[in-house]
Amino acid sequence: MMEILTVAHLTLHEIKGRKVALAALILGVAFLLVYGAGFYFVYQDVFVNSPGSALRRAQQSAGLSFLVMAGLYAVNFLMVMMAVLMPVDTLAGDIRSGVIQTLVTKPVRRASIVLGKWLGFWVVLALYLAMMAGGILLIVRVIAGFEVQNAPAGLALMLLEGTLLMTLSILGGTRLSTLANGVMVFGLYGLAFIGGWLEQAGVLLDNATTRNIGVIASLIMPSEALWQLASYVMQPALLRDMPATPFSVASVPSTAMLAWALVYTLGALLLALRQFSKRDL
Amino acid sequence: MNLVIESAGLRKVFGAKVAVDDLTLTVGQGEVFGFLGPNGAGKTTSMKMLLGLVAPTAGAGRVLGAPLGDVQARAKMGFLPEHFRFQDWLTGREFLRFHGRLYGLGGGALTGRIEQLLERVDLLDAADRSLRGYSKGMLQRIGLAQALLNRPALVFLDEPTSGLDPLGRLLVRDIIIELREQGASVFLNSHLLSEVEVTCDRVAFVKRGCVVREMALAEQAGDIAVELKLGNVDAALLGGLAQFGRDVRQMNGLVRLTVSTEAALPDMARWLVAQGVSIYRLAADHKSLEALFLEVMGEDERPG
Ligand SMILES: Nc1ncnc2c1ncn2[C@@H]1O[C@H](COP(=O)(O)OP(=O)(O)OP(=O)(O)O)[C@@H](O)[C@H]1O
Ligand SMILES: [Mg+2]
Repeated sequence: MMEILTVAHLTLHEIKGRKVALAALILGVAFLLVYGAGFYFVYQDVFVNSPGSALRRAQQSAGLSFLVMAGLYAVNFLMVMMAVLMPVDTLAGDIRSGVIQTLVTKPVRRASIVLGKWLGFWVVLALYLAMMAGGILLIVRVIAGFEVQNAPAGLALMLLEGTLLMTLSILGGTRLSTLANGVMVFGLYGLAFIGGWLEQAGVLLDNATTRNIGVIASLIMPSEALWQLASYVMQPALLRDMPATPFSVASVPSTAMLAWALVYTLGALLLALRQFSKRDL
Repeated sequence: MNLVIESAGLRKVFGAKVAVDDLTLTVGQGEVFGFLGPNGAGKTTSMKMLLGLVAPTAGAGRVLGAPLGDVQARAKMGFLPEHFRFQDWLTGREFLRFHGRLYGLGGGALTGRIEQLLERVDLLDAADRSLRGYSKGMLQRIGLAQALLNRPALVFLDEPTSGLDPLGRLLVRDIIIELREQGASVFLNSHLLSEVEVTCDRVAFVKRGCVVREMALAEQAGDIAVELKLGNVDAALLGGLAQFGRDVRQMNGLVRLTVSTEAALPDMARWLVAQGVSIYRLAADHKSLEALFLEVMGEDERPG
């Protein structure tokens, strides 16, 4: 256990030392500032300065939700990038450079090295998500008094999506070069992404084949399904009924899909431990 | 004698390439063991198998009494890799601290050990600079300090002086001698035979993945290479010379043989004179490890 924490600590050092944390922090703050400013002026213009009928109020409220979801959608994308890119080089790069050799010859199980790295990256990923999504929630609350519903559940689902991609990126690093690893994980992400849209389209157009292709893509890679579930629980009924927005969910991923994503993540982690423990270094 | 390394028939094949064919050797406690061979002979791969970095294709071995790859046994082992690359965003001190913690060390004891080692490898001045700014020799020295953090019973050094200047080489030599005085064992891969000669108790020559000769250097010290230039040499004369030594050969007009004591030289000269042979030259030299290396490897050996 101690050894896992030591490796996690070393990983945090690496994230700091390689200026990943600094870049994420600066650009994250810039993102929130831009979003906050944009949200403020839209809110002033559309909602405060033009009061109207009850119907109009409902439209305004839906519009507000749309802006909030758009913010979270962008955050989700940034978090996916962080989840894949942060650890993409950690094993592959250390193996290639030979840095790994003095680590794995210490009285430490190889599995602990992978787990320690995983833990270190996960902590940073969770902090990043908390900062970015938390920033969005805070901005819309302070400016418009808007409360995102089921925010804890939604953020937990987003974090699970990030965790899944991060774990895959670590798994790929046990065997692939850095570049091949990035190509693989983003490829899978793209597959899930297009699969998610196909599934929605299949449902809207009542085309079973298209829908099934989408479902299969989600089984191969459940990351997009997790975002859809997250966005479903966080958006109000009003917005849920609007078709074909980036966060519209015509077909809500089932709890079975959620369970599958959990099993998938755990499986990827166990496979990473096994692969790394077995390979020549 | 207690054995710190014993291996039997260790073999490693990468695809179609046999990197190590048959590694069978023993290293005793307190021994400095030199592992010599041309480029590509399989020295690094052998060391990696003993360290558990690479899984053998066949064979078995024990290091510090535990099977290869045992995690606990590594607490008493140290390793300086051939291609020393470290976490270059750390400072020298931070680097040693993290590696000490991976050995399960901590607190004041670790701090004291780090300062001691930084001084020993002459890096106190650079200790708070990041490794990114270290020169090759500095990196190799901090890597050596890293290998000694846990006061290991067995240290693996893969060409530990490859990046060092003459002073650095002396430093490493002294450290190896100190380790032996403290009762630690050292497994040393090296191409620098003059260094091996002064530090090692025993050496093994490896050629194309096989240990072809193993010997104590004390044995070697007695051997004297003799070179003679004589008039009218014939087979009978060569046969007669064999009573003074071994490996009698004639080449390029010179007769060479190996004798085991200096006392054989005057006897041999008297005998030659008694035979009526003219002696134009009689040279005797302790055989250098380099000469032995070339002899064991054969002139035809090419890196591969
Ligand atoms: N991972 C690998 N994949 C394929 N071949 C390898 C691998 N590692 C080593 N080899 C091959 O095995 C042989 C032995 O390599 P090794 O590194 O053990 O040699 P060495 O004796 O340490 O050489 P040097 O003196 O140059 O360091 C070489 O022919 C090398 O090309
Ligand atoms: Mg080598």
